[in-house]
Amino acid sequence: MELQHINVKLLLGKPEQVDLDPLIPIFHEWIQDQIWDDLLLDVADYRHVHAGPGVILIGHEGNYSMDNTGNRLGVRYNRKAALKGSNLDRLKQASRAALRACERLEADSRLQGKLRFNAQELEISINDRLLAPNTPATREAVKAELIPFLQELLAGSDYGLSFNEDPRSLLQAWVKPLQAFSATALSRNLLPA
Amino acid sequence: MKTSNALWKQRLSGKLPESLADEIDIFETEVALKKQGKLEDRVFAETRLRRGVYGQRYDNGQRHDGKKVQELAYPNRELTKGPNTLWDAPGMQRIKIPGGGLNASQLETLADLAEEYSDGIAHVTTRQDVQLHYVHIEDTPTLMRRLAAANITTREACGNSVRNVTACPYAGVCPDEAFDVTPYMRALSRFLLGHPDCQNFGRKFKPAFSGCSQHACALTNMHDLGFIAVKRSENGQEKRGFEMYVGGGLGAVAYQAKLFAPFVPPEEVLPLAQAVARVYARLGEKKNRNRARLKFLVQDFGIERFRELVLEERKNLPPDPRWTEYLEDAEKFQEEPLNPAGQQPAVGSEAFQRWLKTNVRPQKQAGYMIVTVSLPIGDITSNQLRALADITRRFTRETVRTTVEQNFVIRWISQSDLPELYQALEAAGLGTPGAGTIIDIVACPGTDTCKLGISSSRGLAAELRKRLAEQSFQMDEAIQNLHIKISGCFNSCGQHHVADLGFYGVSRKMSGYAVPHFQVVLGGEWGHNAASYGQPVVAIPSKNIPEVVTRLTGCYAAARKNGEGFRDFVTRIGKVEIKRLLDDLAQPPADPTDHSFFKDWGDPREFGLGDHGIGECAGEVISSTDFDLAAAERQLFEAQVLWENGDVEQAGKTAYQSMLRAAKALVKAEYSDVGDDPDEIVAEFRARLYDTQKFFDPYAGGKFAHYLFAAHQKAGVPHTPDSARLLMDEARLFIEASHSCSNRIEIPVGI
Ligand code: SF4
Repeated sequence: MELQHINVKLLLGKPEQVDLDPLIPIFHEWIQDQIWDDLLLDVADYRHVHAGPGVILIGHEGNYSMDNTGNRLGVRYNRKAALKGSNLDRLKQASRAALRACERLEADSRLQGKLRFNAQELEISINDRLLAPNTPATREAVKAELIPFLQELLAGSDYGLSFNEDPRSLLQAWVKPLQAFSATALSRNLLPA
Repeated sequence: MKTSNALWKQRLSGKLPESLADEIDIFETEVALKKQGKLEDRVFAETRLRRGVYGQRYDNGQRHDGKKVQELAYPNRELTKGPNTLWDAPGMQRIKIPGGGLNASQLETLADLAEEYSDGIAHVTTRQDVQLHYVHIEDTPTLMRRLAAANITTREACGNSVRNVTACPYAGVCPDEAFDVTPYMRALSRFLLGHPDCQNFGRKFKPAFSGCSQHACALTNMHDLGFIAVKRSENGQEKRGFEMYVGGGLGAVAYQAKLFAPFVPPEEVLPLAQAVARVYARLGEKKNRNRARLKFLVQDFGIERFRELVLEERKNLPPDPRWTEYLEDAEKFQEEPLNPAGQQPAVGSEAFQRWLKTNVRPQKQAGYMIVTVSLPIGDITSNQLRALADITRRFTRETVRTTVEQNFVIRWISQSDLPELYQALEAAGLGTPGAGTIIDIVACPGTDTCKLGISSSRGLAAELRKRLAEQSFQMDEAIQNLHIKISGCFNSCGQHHVADLGFYGVSRKMSGYAVPHFQVVLGGEWGHNAASYGQPVVAIPSKNIPEVVTRLTGCYAAARKNGEGFRDFVTRIGKVEIKRLLDDLAQPPADPTDHSFFKDWGDPREFGLGDHGIGECAGEVISSTDFDLAAAERQLFEAQVLWENGDVEQAGKTAYQSMLRAAKALVKAEYSDVGDDPDEIVAEFRARLYDTQKFFDPYAGGKFAHYLFAAHQKAGVPHTPDSARLLMDEARLFIEASHSCSNRIEIPVGI
C-alpha cells in the first residue's frame, strides 16, 4: 500500500497552561523568514471553534499547526503534496517536520517554556480516505508499515500502538512510547545514519 | 495535489448523476488543457468560477509579510489559472446548497472533504453556501465528484451565472409563512442550473424565496429575483402564489428590489424566471462589469418598461414541461418528524435555559421546535459536521438547513427531546446560546482569505464576539436583540447594509500610516426581508470598533423611548448626534508611537506598510490631500443629513459637490492651480488620474471614477429620493477610492 499525505501530531503536556496568542506572530515570522525549505504561505486562526484545527500555518507542501482536534492540543504537520520514496521515507519526512516545528516552538521565549511535547503520545494519520480507508484490513497493513518506522523513531524501545476504530475517521494510529522521549531526542533518532 | 485523484475517478465511475459526471469530466479536461497552456487565462478563469473554484488572497504570488512584499516561491510560477493568478496558489471552493438543505450523509461528505482537501473547516456563507478554503486547483475535480456522489453540485456557484437559490431555513415549519416554499425553490434551482438562457449574463444572478414578508429569513429585497409566498382566495378557493421582486442587490451600491407582480401563480414562477433571465442576458450590460447586475438594468429601464419586456419575452417562450411537472408534488410536500410530538420539560440547568431562550423556537406544528446551531463566524469543524450528522439521524429525518446568518437549523425536534439534543450539541461544542442575538455576528471572509478585503472582518467579529459573549446575558434585552454584520470591504458580502450595526472595511491614513478602518453603517432593517438599508456615519479605526459598539449600545439602552427599535432610535437621535458621540474615536492615537492602531484584529503585521516611509515623528505631518478628503467626507455627511430631513434636492447636490471636492483633492496633488469650476476639475481629473490609470483600483479598475463622470453629466437634473440616495452611495465609494488612491500614489507632504 502507498501511504501519502501523512499527518503527525505531537501531543503537548499541560495544554491548559499554553497561551496560544503568541503563536500568531510566531507563525507570521516563520513566513517572513521562510525558515524552512518548504514554502510557507499564511496563518489561519480557528481558535474560535470548539476542539478544532487551532492555529494553522498554511504551507504549500504541508501545513503546520497547533491543533486542538478532539480537544487534544498538539503540534501537527499535515503533508499535502505527494512525496516520492518509500512509505518509510514519507513517515520520516512528516515526523521530522512535526518535530522540528515542535522544537522551534519549545525554544521560543514568547511561549515561556510552557509549550512542551508530552514525551509520550503521538498521533499518526493518513489524510486520504481512498489510499487508507479506516478498515481493519488497512489498519493491519499500516501497522506493518509503522513497525519498522517506530523501531527507528523510538530507538528500539517499547511502545503501545492502537488505532481509532471509528470507520468515519481518517486512519489514525496512536503511539505511546513506554519510555519518555523529548522532541529533540526523537529528532535525533531520525537523523540519517 | 492528492495522489488519489485518479483513483477516485475510477471509484466513482457510474455512481454520479450523469449530468454532473459529464460536467466534471469536461472541467477536468479543461484543467488538463490549461496545464498544457492550451486555454486562455480569462476563459479558464470564468470556466473554473462557474464551477465554484475561486481565487484566494495572495494568489498572485505576492504577500506583504509585515516587513516587505514577499514573492511566494511556488514551484511553478509560470503556470496560471487566470489573469495574475498562480496555479499552485490555494483557492476557495464554493459549494451550492439550495435553500441550505442538507442531509446527514451530505454533512459527512462535507466533513471528509474539509479534512482531506482544505484545513478541517467548512464555512457557512451568508447565502447558505458552504465554502472550503486553501484548496488546490488540481484537487477540485475530485472534490466535485465526491460531492456529486452525495448529490451536491458546485456548478454555477460563482461566475456570471445563477447562484445558489436561497430560501427561509424555516420553510415548512414557520408559524408565519403562507406556505412551504421549499419545493418551488428546489424546482427553480434545478430548472435554472446550466439552463442555456442563463449562460450569457454580464454578472451573477441571485434568486431567493421567502415564506412571508414580515421576517428577514430570505432577504428577498436584496436579491436579483425574489419570491415571497402569498395566498389569495379565488372563487372561494385558497390559491398559492408569490409576490415577485426584481433588481435588488447589495454590492458597492445597494438597491432595493422592485415589485414586479403582486401575485404570480406557481405555474408562472419558472417561466417568468426564465423570461427575466433572457431579458437580462439580452439587454444587460456586458462590457462594464460595474453596471452589469440586473439592478442596473431595472433601474435604467424603470420597473414598468422592464416588466413589459419580461412579459413580452414570456409570451414567446416555447412551453417547457418542467414549468409545471413538479407542482402536484409541491402542493403535497411536507417534511415529516422522526419522533412523536412532545412537551417541553419545565426544568433544566441555567445553561440549558439560556440556550432554550435564544436558540429554540416553536414550529407551526404543535409539539415540535426549531433549533438553531450557532456557529462562530460561520465556521464548523469536520468532527462537528459528523456530530451534526449523528444528531440529525437521532432526532429528525435528517432535515438540517444552513441560514443566511451563517448557522444551521435543525427542525422537527420533538419538544421532549430538547434536553437530550442539547446534551448532544454541547458534547460537540455546538450548544452555544445566543443565536440571532448581538453575539451572533455575521462576517464575510475579509482579509483572511478574500482578495478584495481591506480590513479584517473575521478578526473584528471574533474580537466582538469574545467581548460581547462575556456580558451578553446581563445586557438589556433590547441590546441583546441587535444584529451586527461586518464586511471586509464595500462589496457587502457580510450584508452590513441590513444590520442594526453594520461595518465595512476601508483604509485611511493617520500620522502618515495606512490604518485599517471600518465605516460604521447604522439603522439597516433586517426584518421585512431586509426592507431598508443602513447609512454610513463615520469611518473609525478598526481597533476602536469595540468601543463604538459599547458606546452605541450603551446610548441606545439609556436613551431609547417606549421600546423603540434601534433603527427608529438612530433616526430620532440623528446622524449628527451619533457622529458627535463617536468623533473622538475617529482620531489618531494620542501617542503617535502607539503602533497597535496600525495593525488589524488577529493580524500582527503592520497594515499597508507599502505606504510607510515617514519617520516616527511624522504624526503631525499631514498632506492637504488628507485634509481635503476629510472635508469631502464631511460634505457627504451633510448630504446624508439633508436627505434624512427630506431635502432631497440639496442632498443630491451636496453629494455631487463632495465628489468634486475629493476629485479636486487628488488633482491638486499634481496641479495645485486647479480652480473650482466643476468642468475643469472633472477634465483635469480625467486627464491626470483616470487616463493615466493612477486612480484605478487593482481590482475595481476605474469603476468609481465613472460615478464622478456620471454625476457630473447629470448635474442639474432634479433628484428623486432614490436618485439622491444612490448618488450618496456612489459619492461614498468615490471618496473611499480617492483615499485608496491617495494611499497608493506618492503625494508630497506640504502640498
Ligand atoms: S465584502 Fe469584500 S472582503 Fe468581504 S468577501 Fe466580499 S469582496 Fe471580500
